[in-house]
Amino acid sequence: MSVTTLPSPALTQRQPSWLVRLFDTKPFLIVMCLAPAIGLLAVFLTYPLGLGIWLAFTDTTIGRKGVFVGLENFQYLLTDPLWWNAVFYSVVYTAIATFGKFALGFWLALLLNNHFPFKSLLRAIILLPWIVPTVLSALAFWWIYDPQFSIISYLLVDVLHWRTSNIDFLGSPWPARFSLIAANIWRGIPFVAISLLAGLQTISPSLYEAAMLDGASAWQRFRYITFPMMMPILAIVMTFSIIFTFTDFQLVYAITRGGPVNSTHLLATLAFQRGIAGGELGEGAAIAVSMIPFLVFATLFSYFGLARRKWQQGEAND
Amino acid sequence: MTDTVAQPTADARAAPDTMAWDSGLRRLMMIYLPLGCFVLILLFPFYWMAITSFKPNAELMNYKEHNPFWISSPTLAHIKHLLFDTAYPRWLWTTMLVAIGSTTLSLIASTLAAYAIERLRFRGSAYVGLGIYLAYLVPPSILFIPLATVVVQFGLFDSPLALILVYPTFLVPFCTWLLIGYFKSIPYELEECALVDGATRLQILRRITLPLAVPGLISAGIFSFTLSWNEFIYALAFIQSGANKTVPVAILTELVTGDVYQWGALMAGSLLGSLPVAIFYSLFVDYYVSSLTGAVKE
Repeated sequence: MSVTTLPSPALTQRQPSWLVRLFDTKPFLIVMCLAPAIGLLAVFLTYPLGLGIWLAFTDTTIGRKGVFVGLENFQYLLTDPLWWNAVFYSVVYTAIATFGKFALGFWLALLLNNHFPFKSLLRAIILLPWIVPTVLSALAFWWIYDPQFSIISYLLVDVLHWRTSNIDFLGSPWPARFSLIAANIWRGIPFVAISLLAGLQTISPSLYEAAMLDGASAWQRFRYITFPMMMPILAIVMTFSIIFTFTDFQLVYAITRGGPVNSTHLLATLAFQRGIAGGELGEGAAIAVSMIPFLVFATLFSYFGLARRKWQQGEAND
Repeated sequence: MTDTVAQPTADARAAPDTMAWDSGLRRLMMIYLPLGCFVLILLFPFYWMAITSFKPNAELMNYKEHNPFWISSPTLAHIKHLLFDTAYPRWLWTTMLVAIGSTTLSLIASTLAAYAIERLRFRGSAYVGLGIYLAYLVPPSILFIPLATVVVQFGLFDSPLALILVYPTFLVPFCTWLLIGYFKSIPYELEECALVDGATRLQILRRITLPLAVPGLISAGIFSFTLSWNEFIYALAFIQSGANKTVPVAILTELVTGDVYQWGALMAGSLLGSLPVAIFYSLFVDYYVSSLTGAVKE
């Protein structure tokens, strides 16, 4: 270790002031170092989280302090078809988008794991959809999905002659739902691909060499080496992806705002509509809080589901 | 669907002869063709955004006489409209201010926290680290309603300062996590030697640990900057007046007006709003990719 270059003699000769000595006592320093981060998180994260749960049990509206009403908000939500609709679409949105992101992202990662020229440039370009603010790329999708001037319709109708009329992407429930899911997948592929690529690069090539000498086919190599070795990283990336897809807000708010006829409301956009735009803070908070059980369930499912499969396959060495 | 492309097939007999399938048409079909499709689809919306920004309205709405994939007579009218007829420069400025402010705040807080957790080792430091990490898993969509009331209580409603203070809630967990990894990679002996030589802990942090953690600080900085530039829901909920809005919110709430959308101006706004992040990202892309992959591997 080349530590001798430090200006150590000068330091020892100076008599440190009380302030310096105070900062040199470990407990004080620990508290000082942790204070900004913990303080920020306590005031703007932990406290609001508790407050949100409290609000969910009150009938607070904007401009009026509410009173405790127990489970009334939740009982109301259970009878509210729009809430059920949002639950349904949130689950569908998360399930299909996550599946799409991981299928395509894994494929892209496997492609990027090959050797070819300009690889790092390509990797940089591919991350762009993830870097650019979601709302701004969502606007581009809104324009791509335009009922009259959609470029997809133009291709299908005027260039390829596959269809005779324009597709009304955002005008009716199911097409709108799938249009949003497609935009979400587009945005999520880069992150999944780059994260899984990192995982692929940690797999030792000798495993593949050994398998090939044993006569394993490409499918067998994928099934018995790549897939199990990727399980831990898949579990982490998928957990993150599920949490942030389920609680997504920007994409839906930018493209459909929950329409047509409230068919594309996610729980987050419904909470915004009721809580902030509609002023019913208590009810909005209840909708937001109702996401928590789904999140906990999805997290446990993805994390332990994938982790357990790894364990079943007896991959102790990772 | 994903699986078949793992490696081009090589059956048992051909297996040792790796060169056979590694060349020629097969490689083209199995690697370059799908890769080309991915790049095309991933980049198309940006191309479409860019091309729309420079198209005159006549071409924008007429696919019969003009090829929609190209511009016959490019115009700067949309960008001019954006810069001179709307508050766009002001929105860009606010966004920049908020992004720089929250990034600075987050970097200071998370560097100190990561240093304390990883280097000052105390009883329960692992739990503090876990707690900060778990904070990242609390999504903004759950917090924005109570946070709005907190922001009102602090008298910060409609102020960009509210965003600067609130964004660290999702930036600090991420940066701390990233920086703990970086601090871990710096040999502990360096600090021990300095300690033996009589350096104070603050001197060690400033003169040894921080300079060595610069790559980590840079990538945490880029992540924070892009994440705060991207943030939407808090900015939508806490800012009311047109002048104080950030670019993503302002475009959606101020530029989308009436039944006929100004697609040219909207796309120009999206393009201009994406450029600062894209430029910032391209300057440090290697840090970005390596820390992203590093963070996931942790």
